Amino acid sequence: MSDATLKARPGFSIRRIDMAAVAPFIALAILLIAGVFVNENFFSVNNLVNVATRAAFTAIIGVGATFVISAGGLDLSVGSMTAFVASLMIMFLNSGIIADPLTMLFAGVAVALILGAVCGLGNGLITTVGRIEPFIATLGTMGVLRGLTTWLSQGGSITLQNSDIENFYHPVYFGELLGIPIPIIFIAVTAIVGAFILYRTPYGRHVVAVGSSEDVARYSGIAVGRVRTVTYIIQGLCVGIAVLLYVPRLSAANATTGLLWELQAITAVVVGGTALRGGVGRIWGTICGAFILEIVGNIMLLSNFISEYLIGAVQGAIIIVAMLVQRSLMRRS
Amino acid sequence: MSSISDAPAPFVLEGRHLSKSFGPVEVLSDVSVALTPGEVHAVVGENGAGKSTLMKILAGHLMPTHGAIVLDGKEVSFSGPVDAERHGIVLVHQEILLAPHLTVAQNIFMGRELTRGISVNDREMNRQAAEAVQALGADIAPTMTVSRLSIAQRQLVQIARALHVPHRVAIFDEPTASLTPFEVEAVLKVIRDIKAKGVAVLYISHRLTEVAAIADRVTVLRDGKHIATRNAADLAPVDMARLMVGRDVSRLYPERPPEPTSEPILEVQSVDVPGFASGASFAVRPGEILGFAGLIGAGRTELLEGVVGLRPHRGEIRFKGRPVTFHTVRDSMHHGIVYLSEDRKGKGLLLTRDLPTNLTLSALSHFVRGPVIDRGKEEAALTEAIGEFDIRAARRDMLAGQLSGGNQQKLLLAKMMLLDPDVIVIDEPTRGIDIGTKQQIYKFIAELAARGKAIIVISSEMQELIGICHRILVMHHGKIVGEVSGEAMTESEIVVYATGVKTAATATVTAGAA
Repeated sequence: MSDATLKARPGFSIRRIDMAAVAPFIALAILLIAGVFVNENFFSVNNLVNVATRAAFTAIIGVGATFVISAGGLDLSVGSMTAFVASLMIMFLNSGIIADPLTMLFAGVAVALILGAVCGLGNGLITTVGRIEPFIATLGTMGVLRGLTTWLSQGGSITLQNSDIENFYHPVYFGELLGIPIPIIFIAVTAIVGAFILYRTPYGRHVVAVGSSEDVARYSGIAVGRVRTVTYIIQGLCVGIAVLLYVPRLSAANATTGLLWELQAITAVVVGGTALRGGVGRIWGTICGAFILEIVGNIMLLSNFISEYLIGAVQGAIIIVAMLVQRSLMRRS
Repeated sequence: MSSISDAPAPFVLEGRHLSKSFGPVEVLSDVSVALTPGEVHAVVGENGAGKSTLMKILAGHLMPTHGAIVLDGKEVSFSGPVDAERHGIVLVHQEILLAPHLTVAQNIFMGRELTRGISVNDREMNRQAAEAVQALGADIAPTMTVSRLSIAQRQLVQIARALHVPHRVAIFDEPTASLTPFEVEAVLKVIRDIKAKGVAVLYISHRLTEVAAIADRVTVLRDGKHIATRNAADLAPVDMARLMVGRDVSRLYPERPPEPTSEPILEVQSVDVPGFASGASFAVRPGEILGFAGLIGAGRTELLEGVVGLRPHRGEIRFKGRPVTFHTVRDSMHHGIVYLSEDRKGKGLLLTRDLPTNLTLSALSHFVRGPVIDRGKEEAALTEAIGEFDIRAARRDMLAGQLSGGNQQKLLLAKMMLLDPDVIVIDEPTRGIDIGTKQQIYKFIAELAARGKAIIVISSEMQELIGICHRILVMHHGKIVGEVSGEAMTESEIVVYATGVKTAATATVTAGAA
């Protein structure tokens, strides 16, 4: 390392890149230590497992957002999409078109995943074929999907009515496998698959290439539009997976389901070290970012000196601080 | 080196025994240079010879590690480029540093806007900008947005911006790197004009014939060291090249591969690239090196980008005798046609990525085991490419953006060769590349042709086309207007076509004035 450091020239330095990657993990470690001082209950296995479980939605959606953002895109519609997909999944489960509750549940799972993917495909096509800025395109679908959810629920709530299905489904959020809460397993599997695709496959390499330079990617013969569209489909699938956890948790969806989740997901991605301008994707950083957000909230809840009503303000501040830290790591030469 | 006395110096600006180190690396070592008013002093050297470091020190962008800057016989120290400008030293950058969405006048006055009361005085700025641009012999409206200008026009605006500051010393960093011979002449005229006004000019260029045409004195640098300072009249370009490289380079161009005889592999019939080129027809045979000459904006790049599917185009293309349609560049790549962009940094390589990632990007499907990228195979390919194309990387884990221009070009060539193409289109193969590497690139091109590849070279350097091609097509205003080959491949013949037959007489006059 010392040898590489010596040779490193200003502008680019190997050490800097490593710093940007490990910074979120250092922040997480500092938070864990800080938590101990705030409240002795913080470091209990129970509390930490709880925090990790609650981070599941942000983490899983964040994995998808990592793909979209590292390819140079953005998806603001994930929160509305969660509400929309959850509503339709519950309505499907309530429809009773399949008698056997377990078969019905599996069909419902398929519906949620397919719906998520289709919504993602829609976002992808609007931005690539329609050539509309991702910010605007997904701002539009965010409104459309939220509005559709409000309409479907007629302003109220859509509740799962079949108690057999509910009994089968309940453990998916509240249950454990080998002593590990199932949502944590969901996070792990989504992240491992995501990391595998992003880091090890040609598709993942293409995602990063498109995010680094669309021109270079195009001149290199990469199907830029297809690569981008698929990132939105992956994002939609991740929303579908999050819905699979959301429905058994509350057995209901309404117009405020997933409100501001897009902000949470983007914050997790950026805090995790993924560059918002594209070209760098860090799946494990995103998971770390989701945990950071949840732990900050948890510490505030456990502490006596900061009102928990300030959680939103603090999380908002985190994204700014994270950007400032990223920037200073960039500038250091 | 002349000895330095305490008497009033004839020099306006001197660098005395300048050295500069970045960390443990010394990039400039004990170099002295002295500029006389009314004289053009050229600094030549290969990439990495220390030319730009020397220039940046003299213009206040860098502080020397050792040595002194002497202005009018007094030692000075610049706190930065603005301080140097205040002392009358201006620098014309090689890269275009203009705000594309602002007008010509707004760019020229950026940071030193004229005001009337609290509002900017656009009328006065436009008037002065128009004067400044006209003084350079250019006809550009001051209210024109920079993004609508050609590269050459932008370069002239940039020169106008630099020269707008009162100055006694003007430093030009390869101002002609992206210009065609015709446009180069305009820039050289500007330099002669300011020289006649008593300005001391420091001129940095790769183009040695240009240096010979403009310079009064020439300083040669090599590996950060001062090699020689001579009167330009005593130093022919070939001697400059020898001093720069440290060995004989009279044989810059390799032996031309044998004349191709087989049937054409790529035939283009009446192809239009809307807005850029129309009615273009040409064919290239395996083993042939076909050149495309023309002025900037003649549509050479756009025509070939159209042919390979990077731009919308109409017309008939036949590949190996069969009609083909290239909707995207992927289609032509699958058939075995590759295009190497002139914009290596913007369109060729991912500058913030490492070498194997760049090398295998186009051919990634050859580097998988199951669904997974085979990193070992990528590393092996890099080792092979480094050997075959002599890519000189200080470390294997460096980023593509850290390579020198020449090595970036070699990496780009290696990247495209992984696709095992039959037709290779290279746009400006040696732009911004030092002479030693140029020689290597020419050798690679000749070898590829000898192996039966069809090669199309687009270049603004006529000498290089004449040196390596079997045949040269000349474009003017989006049309192929002429073809030269054999004995007829001369600069004057190409210029006649490139400038349009009607303006051929003008071109001859201008060339004669050089």
